[in-house]
Amino acid sequence: MSNTLKTQLAFAVIALLLVIIGLVQSWNVSLGILNLCLISAVMALGVNMQWGYAGLLNVGVMGFAALGGMSAVLVSQAPIAEAWQASWVRMLIAALCFAATIAVSIVCYRKLAAGRNRNLALALVIIGGLALTRFFFDPAVTAIESIEPAKTGFLGGMGLPIIFSWGFGGIVAAGIAWCIGKVALGLRADYLAIATLGISEIILAVLKNEDWLTRGVKNVTGLSRPVPYEIDLQTTTWFIDFIRWWHSGALVVLNEAEQPAALKQFVIDGSSIFVKLCYTGLFAGVLVVILLLSVKALNSPWGRMMRAIRDNEIAAGAMGKDVTRRHLQIFIIGSAVIGVAGAMLTTLDGQFTPTSYQPLRFTFLIWVMVIVGGSGNNMGSVLGGFLIWLVWIEAEPIGVWLMAFGTGWLDESNAIRIHLIENAQHMRLFFMGLVLLLVLRFSPGGILPEVVRKQGS
Amino acid sequence: MEAITDFVSAIVLLLNFIVVPGLSYGSQLALGALGITLVFGILRFANFAHGDTMAFGTMMTILVTWWLQSKGVNLGPLPTALLALPAGIAATILLLVVTDKTVYRYYRHSKAVPVTFMIASMGVMFMTNGIVRFVIGPNDQRFLDGERFIVSARNFKSMTGLSEGLSIKVSQGLTIVVAIILVALLFWFLQKTRTGKAMRAYSDNEDLALLSGVDPDRVVLVTWIITAILATIAGTLYGLDKSFKPFTYLQLLLPMFAAAIVGGIGNPIGAIVGGYVIAFSEVMVTYAYKKVFVYLLPQSLEPQGLLQLLSTDYKFAVSFVILVLVLLVRPTGILKGKVL
Repeated sequence: MSNTLKTQLAFAVIALLLVIIGLVQSWNVSLGILNLCLISAVMALGVNMQWGYAGLLNVGVMGFAALGGMSAVLVSQAPIAEAWQASWVRMLIAALCFAATIAVSIVCYRKLAAGRNRNLALALVIIGGLALTRFFFDPAVTAIESIEPAKTGFLGGMGLPIIFSWGFGGIVAAGIAWCIGKVALGLRADYLAIATLGISEIILAVLKNEDWLTRGVKNVTGLSRPVPYEIDLQTTTWFIDFIRWWHSGALVVLNEAEQPAALKQFVIDGSSIFVKLCYTGLFAGVLVVILLLSVKALNSPWGRMMRAIRDNEIAAGAMGKDVTRRHLQIFIIGSAVIGVAGAMLTTLDGQFTPTSYQPLRFTFLIWVMVIVGGSGNNMGSVLGGFLIWLVWIEAEPIGVWLMAFGTGWLDESNAIRIHLIENAQHMRLFFMGLVLLLVLRFSPGGILPEVVRKQGS
Repeated sequence: MEAITDFVSAIVLLLNFIVVPGLSYGSQLALGALGITLVFGILRFANFAHGDTMAFGTMMTILVTWWLQSKGVNLGPLPTALLALPAGIAATILLLVVTDKTVYRYYRHSKAVPVTFMIASMGVMFMTNGIVRFVIGPNDQRFLDGERFIVSARNFKSMTGLSEGLSIKVSQGLTIVVAIILVALLFWFLQKTRTGKAMRAYSDNEDLALLSGVDPDRVVLVTWIITAILATIAGTLYGLDKSFKPFTYLQLLLPMFAAAIVGGIGNPIGAIVGGYVIAFSEVMVTYAYKKVFVYLLPQSLEPQGLLQLLSTDYKFAVSFVILVLVLLVRPTGILKGKVL
C-alpha cells in the first residue's frame, strides 16, 4: 500500500470515528475532541521537527507548552496600572542588575584564564549580583502582590487581543529554547533528555511561584476570546434566524406553542457548536500553515542536511555542516511550534492553571503521538496527534463501560466492582504504554513511516 | 554562659532542620540512584521507568502491610511495612524480569541504540504508572504505624533544657540504618562474589567479559533483581517518611537522575555521594536561616528578612542546576563515571 493511500485511509478512519462520536455522544463532544486533536497535532509537529528531523530528544515539551500558556496571559490581560506604578522603578533596576550580572560573569568567563581565580571571581560576581538584584526585586514583588491580591496581585499583561499570543508564545518559547540549547545541546541524547526534563520542571516551578508574573497557583481565569461568546450569540438576530432556517424542518412539524421553546434549545445547542467550529477553523488554519511550511522545509536542501546530520553527525560535520548550530536552530524552531500550540490550548481553555501541566499528559503523551504516528514524517505526526488524542479521550468512557460490562455478574455494591469502575480511567495510561511499546517493537517507523527518497525516484 | 547556650541552640536548629532531613532524604535518593546507575552501567540506558518501579514496589508493600494490619500483625515500635517488604520486593522482581523478557531483551539482542531503550522505558513507565493508579488510585496513602519518634522535640527540650528541640522520626532513623546495611551488602556483593565481579566486568567491557565466559543473561537478570530490591526499599522508606502518592514518585525521577549523574553515572559510590549532594543542597538552599543567625549574632545585627535563598518550591530547580553545572564543568561526575 502506498504511503499516500495509507495517509488518506488513516485520516478517513479518524473522520469516521469523529462522526460516530458525533452521532453516538454529541456533536459538541466530537468538536471538542477535534479541537484538541488539532492542538495536539501542532505540538506533535514541533516534537517531530526536533526528534524526527534532527534526532534531538526533547523531554521538556510540557515546559514550552506552559510558556505558550503564560504568554496568552501576558498578551490578553489588561495591564494593572497601580502595580506598574508601585514597582516599575525597582523592577527596572532589578532587571538591569540581573542583566549586568549575566554580562559581567560572561566577560569574566571569557577574559580570565581558567583556574581557581576564575571560579572564585565568577562565584563572587554571581552571588553579589543576585543579592543586589534581590535587594530591588523583593520589595517590588511585595508591592505588586499587595495590590488587590484576591483579584489581581500581578503586573497584568498588554491588553491585546488574545490571538496575538499565539505568535508571542512561539517567540517566548524560542527565546527560552535558545538559552537552554546554548547550555544543553552539547550533551549526548541521554543527558539532553534528562536535562530537558529538568528544565520543564523548573519552568513550571517558576510559573507556580512567581505570583507577580502570572498569579502563580492562584490561576488566571476569564481570559478573553478570539471568537464570540455563546451568550452573545443567543441574543443575536442573524444567528437566531440562521438556526431557525437550519432547523426549519424540525420546527415546522411542531405546533405554535412548542416552537419557541424548541427554538430556544436549538439556539443554545447551536451557539456552543458554532463557537467550537470557530475555534476549529482557527486551529486548522494554524495547523495547515505550519504543516505546509514543515513539508516544504523537510523536502528542501535544508531538510536533507538535517537528516544527514541526524543519521551521521560525524560525516555531516566532515562535509562542513555546522552540527551544533543546526541543532540549536531546529531546537528553537521546534520549541517555538510547541509554544504556539501551548498558547492555543490556553486560549481554548480560557484560563491559565499552572498546576494542570503534568509531564505524563504534556510531555510523554506527545511523544507517544510522534512515535506512533511516524517520526520523521509530518503527516505521520499529525495523524498521531489526532489518533492518540482520540484514544486518550475515548479510552475513559470505553474503559468504564468495559469494566461495568465485565463485572456485570458481580453485585452493584460489590467493593471490587466499584473499585474497578472508579479506577478504570487510569487504565488508559497502561493502554498508551502498550501502544507505544507495540509500535516501537513491531513497526518502529510508526503508522506512516518516514519517506526516504532515493536518487532518481 | 548564654553565648554557649545560643551557640548550641543554633547547632541543634541546623541538626533538626538540615542534617537529619538531609541524611534521610539523601539516603532515599542514593538508594534510588543506585538502581538507575546499575541499569545504566549494565544495560547502558537511562531508565525513565525507575520512579514508577519504586511506586509499584511501594504499592505492593503497602497492600501487604494493610493485609497484615487487618490480621492484627505488627512489629511493635517499628512500622509493619518492614514485615511486608519481602513480598513487595518479590512482586517488583517479577515485574522487572517480565518487562525485561517482553520488552528490553529484544532490543538487547538486536543491538539497538540507547535512545530506543530509553523510549521503550517511557512505554514501560506509562504501563507501570497505569497499573499503580489502577490498583491503589492516584491519591495520598499513609501506611506508617508503630512509634513515631525516636527522639521527640518535647522530650529533647525537657532533657537538655534548651529552647530548641531536636526530633528524629523513626522513619528517618530507619532509613539511615537500612541504607547503610543495604549499601554495605551491595558493595560486598559487587566486590567479593563471583556474580558481582562478573557484573563489574560486563559493565567495564562487554566484549571482553563475554570472551571470558560471563553469561550476559545471568548478569542482566541479577541486575534487575538488585534494582528491584533497591527500588522497593527506597520507595517504601520514602513513603514511610513522607507519604505515598504515585505522582510524587514520578517526580522523584529527576533528583535521582541528577544524583546518579552528579556522582558519576555507572559508578555505585558516585550514586551515593550524588544522593547526599543533591539532598543536602535542596535542603540547605531552601531553608530560612533567620533563626540560626538570631542565635549566633548579637541583637544589634539581627537580620531583617527570612534569609531564605529560594522558596521551598524550587527544590527541583536546585537539583537541576547542580546537574547542569556538573555536566558543564566535569561531565564524568564528581567521581569518575562513564562518559555517555
